[in-house]
Amino acid sequence: MNRLSKPEDLASLGSASTLQTEATPQSGDSIGKKDFATENSIGNENGASTATSVEEQPSREGTPPPLPPRPKNLQLLDGRPQTSGSLKVSRPSLQSKATTQLSFADTQSYSDESRDTISTDAGKLKSFTHLGKDRIGSDADDSISIKSFAPTIDIGGDAESLLGEVLGDQEKDVIKVLGKQFDGMSGLSISDVLFSEDAQFSQAFEHEFDEIEDMAADGSNEEAIVTQWRSKLKHFLILSSAGKPIYSRHGDDQLITNYTGVVQTLISFYQGMSDVLKSFTAGDVRFVVMSKGPLNLVAITKLVESDAQLRSQLDALYMQILSTLTLPSMERMFANRANYDLRRPLQGTKTLLSALADGFTRGSPSTLLTALECLKLRKSHRQVVNNTLLKTRSENLLYGLIVAGGKLVSVVRPKKHSLHPGDLHLIFNMLFEAGSVKAGGGENWIPLCLPGFNNTGFLYMYVSFLNLDSPTEQVEERPASSHGAKDEVAILLISANKEGFFELREMRDDLVEQLQKNGSIELIRTAVKKGRMSCTDIVPGSPLRHFLYKSRGNVQFTMPSFEPHFTSDLDRRRLLNLYHNLHSNIHTRPTHPKVHHATSTTNISLAWMTPLFELYCVAPITTSRTALAQAANKIIQWVRREEERVFIIGGAVF
Amino acid sequence: MADSGAASAPKPSSSVKLVLLGEAAVGKSSLVMRFVNNDFQENKEPTIGAAFLTQKCNLPTRTIKFEIWDTAGQERFASLAPMYYRNAQAALVVYDITKASSLQKAQHWVAELQRQASPGIVIALVGNKFDLASANPASDASTGGDDADGTATAEEEEDVDGESDARKVPTKTAKAYADEEALLFFETSAKTGLNVAEVFTAIANAIPETSLKGPRGVGGQTNLGRQEDSARVNLTGANAQGPKEGCAC
Ligand SMILES: Nc1nc2c(ncn2[C@@H]2O[C@H](COP(=O)(O)OP(=O)(O)O)[C@@H](O)[C@H]2O)c(=O)[nH]1
Ligand SMILES: [Mg+2]
Repeated sequence: MNRLSKPEDLASLGSASTLQTEATPQSGDSIGKKDFATENSIGNENGASTATSVEEQPSREGTPPPLPPRPKNLQLLDGRPQTSGSLKVSRPSLQSKATTQLSFADTQSYSDESRDTISTDAGKLKSFTHLGKDRIGSDADDSISIKSFAPTIDIGGDAESLLGEVLGDQEKDVIKVLGKQFDGMSGLSISDVLFSEDAQFSQAFEHEFDEIEDMAADGSNEEAIVTQWRSKLKHFLILSSAGKPIYSRHGDDQLITNYTGVVQTLISFYQGMSDVLKSFTAGDVRFVVMSKGPLNLVAITKLVESDAQLRSQLDALYMQILSTLTLPSMERMFANRANYDLRRPLQGTKTLLSALADGFTRGSPSTLLTALECLKLRKSHRQVVNNTLLKTRSENLLYGLIVAGGKLVSVVRPKKHSLHPGDLHLIFNMLFEAGSVKAGGGENWIPLCLPGFNNTGFLYMYVSFLNLDSPTEQVEERPASSHGAKDEVAILLISANKEGFFELREMRDDLVEQLQKNGSIELIRTAVKKGRMSCTDIVPGSPLRHFLYKSRGNVQFTMPSFEPHFTSDLDRRRLLNLYHNLHSNIHTRPTHPKVHHATSTTNISLAWMTPLFELYCVAPITTSRTALAQAANKIIQWVRREEERVFIIGGAVF
Repeated sequence: MADSGAASAPKPSSSVKLVLLGEAAVGKSSLVMRFVNNDFQENKEPTIGAAFLTQKCNLPTRTIKFEIWDTAGQERFASLAPMYYRNAQAALVVYDITKASSLQKAQHWVAELQRQASPGIVIALVGNKFDLASANPASDASTGGDDADGTATAEEEEDVDGESDARKVPTKTAKAYADEEALLFFETSAKTGLNVAEVFTAIANAIPETSLKGPRGVGGQTNLGRQEDSARVNLTGANAQGPKEGCAC
């Protein structure tokens, strides 16, 4: 499923603190040295992360490479008046900014920056610059300019020099050493095992989502309950700044009182010293604290996650609360009474918060990358869908989306307004993860605040799930809360007009009728059924087991199927652990170009970041670095060829 | 939507806008799900915003198409409620017989409807989760729905102090209130299905003919273009008082 959170910004978030109880992750440092010592945590893959190695090449342009566009992204985080220092002046509201890019706000800041910096570079990236300009003011059909979009074209060569030469004896040595450890693993061929067994982790993960028992009246099972609570790999707590519990993923109030008490005491201790507590480690558990105005949000994890990644998760929970209440109304509640019990106005939204939280715990590429996934469609087919949306657009429509199995099929939006990935994440979470909307049947009319768009007011969302077999009928009943029901297609129509239900409903009828007439429904159905391609479908013979490719400009990502190598939730979580590590490493690296290799006893992986994309991929340990680099290149080439199918470029703009 | 029994002879058809109101978690969505899909779900997740559903109800002389707004009932949505009941011809105000405060909330809704909704609105007071009142044999639940004048009947055995069951609202109390306010009254269980169809049938029967203006009902949203049931109204002997007959659900 798709999960997005606010635009990530590891370094800047990390450095915003006045006090950090941990060392800021050092660039180029190996994972093993990070102070939340994966060594100790059960989430640790194989205990072999010390084998991580790092290679870098100086920028080939010979000029200092442009800084990554990180800090600018921060402004998107919005609505956080209290966040410290380095942010752009925080604003009371997060008005959506004009964007000319595909659709997402942070592309704007990104392209702004690239114009400033990249254009001074010679040759190579010029066409990218050009692209940025081209897009500005261009309408629905950006694709032409995208085509001329050179970066991917150059990447082949780029990559070769980046990766090819790096691979040498050194790497073979590593493999030799590691190979020895493999000799002990019997039965399985080396390449079948991507992660070594960690029984403790498997066990804990298996019970992660189990409900904690209720406390018996006589308290006789207290010990068992506390044990259950403690064995959870991940906790989220939300407290008011006065220390009142607002949300906890596990355990009822009674159970968590002690813990909230401790956390609250710590937070206030630092506040008393005009300091901010950001994070700390206790044993193998990492605590990250985020204060947002009247709220303190806490993430507690034994999983492999960086502080920045945890912060982005907390940020998503915070956005969910704003989405329910709006910022001004939440502030008003606390202004009147610091001791206010926020659970009352949040009634009924615990399922939304928990669906988000569980998504983070399960691990989601979409969240990690702060990007969303699109349904792969031919460009011409998507164009037809886009045009149909435009043609049937009703007067008060703000955004219209077609979503299939958590993947975006098409978007229609006003030229002036982008859609914030964090907002989309909340919507996708509500529709596809939490059962609330899904289970009811019928159509829905949902007031919600999209904090990335504007955190001061409500929009209204019309939701209708299609029955793909007879699309003009409403789906009468869908299986409840089965997370990731693959083939659900939803039509989402968003308006600022709270009386707009019947108008949008009419648009929906129109839209579906047209889509059916012009064959789009059938095409969508086929695409949904087909699912994601496997690595070897994408590149025959590829040694890769999985990869994530994020198009930074489009704020979208694409990936192969999890099958056949990652079928269980546990397999996926381990894969995500690996990606988390790569992601964290590559994002804390200050230099360009950014390439990061990691090798464990069981796998070899690569992260590669340019201004245009991020690529993360993993192969069995038997793969040489050269082969891995080549495989990575092939993926880049594939994406270049398929770009207009795997990504929505431009979308339908009016 | 499910169009179960509507196959045969074309009967006059009209639509009725109905809104469900009541505290969160009393079982509004469950009642609708029972009515529309004949299904029940334990631990249903709370409604967010409002859901719009339709269901036909076959009376002997005509077909009623209910257009149902199932509201969420949480406080933060209270200010949106008028939007849903404004044009409604019928309201189902639901409380939970195991939770006394939910009846009070229901009474507030009734008062608000009487003040603000269209004057002819038919209101049914519904005490849900009857199955939890273990001491009450199901057959003793209200039997309403037998007339169309807006006051249901229910001659249940009073079970004022149901022994160890979970009932907190005595039938008598709620019934007395309903009578006073001229409301239809039922005790239901979305879980077992008890009285669910009956509530809707009673409402269908209680809607004054004059307000059955057509598929869109009165004061409807005129911008709703196509309507599949094009049978323009005609209140042919739309005498609502036919024999009781369950909805086609
Ligand atoms: N025992 C019992 N539980 C019910 C009944 N109706 C609803 N529930 C349960 O009560 C909870 C709230 O129901 P829901 O329909 O969501 O209430 P709403 O908020 O008023 O829509 C759910 O867990 C239902 O399963 C009923 O008739 N009997
Ligand atoms: Mg409900």
